[in-house]
Amino acid sequence: MCLGVPGKILEISGDMATVELGKATVQVSMQLLDGGTVGEYVIVHAGFAIERLDIDAARKTLEAMDAFGELS
Amino acid sequence: MKYIDEFKDLVRGSGILKEIVRLATFKVSFMEICGSHTHVICKSGLRALLPDNINLISGPGCPVCVTSQPEIDAIIDFADSNKDVIITTFGDMLRVPGSSSTLEQVRARATDVRVIYSPLGALSIARQSPQKEVVLLSVGFETTAPLIASVLQTAQAEGITNLTVYPLHKLTPPAMAVLLDSKDMRIDGFICPGHVTAIIGADAYGFIAKDYKRPCVVTGFEPLDALFAIYMLLLQIKEGRADIENEYKRVVSGTGNARARAIMDHVFEPSDALWRGLGSIPMSGLSLRDDYMGFSAAKRFGIDITKYTDSSKGTLDCRCADVLRGVINPAQCPLFATACTPTAPQGPCMVSDEGACAAWYTYERTAVAL
Ligand code: SF4
Repeated sequence: MCLGVPGKILEISGDMATVELGKATVQVSMQLLDGGTVGEYVIVHAGFAIERLDIDAARKTLEAMDAFGELS
Repeated sequence: MKYIDEFKDLVRGSGILKEIVRLATFKVSFMEICGSHTHVICKSGLRALLPDNINLISGPGCPVCVTSQPEIDAIIDFADSNKDVIITTFGDMLRVPGSSSTLEQVRARATDVRVIYSPLGALSIARQSPQKEVVLLSVGFETTAPLIASVLQTAQAEGITNLTVYPLHKLTPPAMAVLLDSKDMRIDGFICPGHVTAIIGADAYGFIAKDYKRPCVVTGFEPLDALFAIYMLLLQIKEGRADIENEYKRVVSGTGNARARAIMDHVFEPSDALWRGLGSIPMSGLSLRDDYMGFSAAKRFGIDITKYTDSSKGTLDCRCADVLRGVINPAQCPLFATACTPTAPQGPCMVSDEGACAAWYTYERTAVAL
């Protein structure tokens, strides 16, 4: 139910955005976000963008995970 | 898929796993609140990789599962006796056993029950069939409630009058407090639900660290996220800390999505709610505010929940209530994988993908047999 999938905004028109989710393209309501930009990643839950995905933060988390590999 | 696949690769986590093994010199129990976390933990086989000292308990994080039996019975009866309305709901609701029927069986008896993937679906059906009453049976936590609120705001603005909602929403932090107060078991730390927290913000768990001195880690939904969260919780305990930490910074902030919360607060107000397994919890549900009472299905159709009692249990021996509190794991239910399977579910925990029993049935049965 709380499933949320990251997707890339391809186009915005009014309150709706076209979002690339894997191989699919879906229409998503942007009403729960303060604006949005084409190219940005958002988390899609049941037809709505519920939050942005911060690419720098994703990279930092992966780096933190990879740092363990180097320890061992 | 981008920003998913990178977090799936457990080989990448072998260093983290080694650290976990090194740190796990004492017995701990961590609870994952969210049903999606239960699903990913089972599916990835993480439990088998972890040292025996680490016990992962599933919590009350499957919205369909925590819906109380009286409410399930009330909506099934309503659907059965109103053949002229269109009922819309999320797929998991259809097969949840009521005391004498399911929504799926009611649909076979000619009530128009439709599965929607988004609450926007209910709105478009209402627009397309203005002569029909459309009822949205909505379940879900803080992740989903703002979506329903947004749909009702739109319906209000468009003057749509044939859409009503039966809200069964639940709020997460009050349930966590009840679990912490319970004497049934000890929870040493929480794996906090990533998408609920995207809305409410990580700061919402402050009381757990401060008043209960238990660590919390908000995490994402891929195997590496879950693994990293377990490491972070262990490290906190080892260092004698109880902090709110955030592994899912790519999506979650300390304060959450203020806009989504404002929309939710505009339409709903907190109210007491009845949870399967946890009983009535003050201010743990959502009711429509006066301005939105026109959208209340209970009011329009006179659905009276007080007619249904909790003694009208679906199946007598279903232990969902104990599974949801983390008191037993699914395999400890006598009906698990015998009388109760995903094709013949005896309780909601076996119906939903996010239900602990369904996840254990699909992914952990071999482990159980061993
Ligand atoms: S295995 Fe089936 S009967 Fe047992 S608790 Fe789970 S859903 Fe209920």
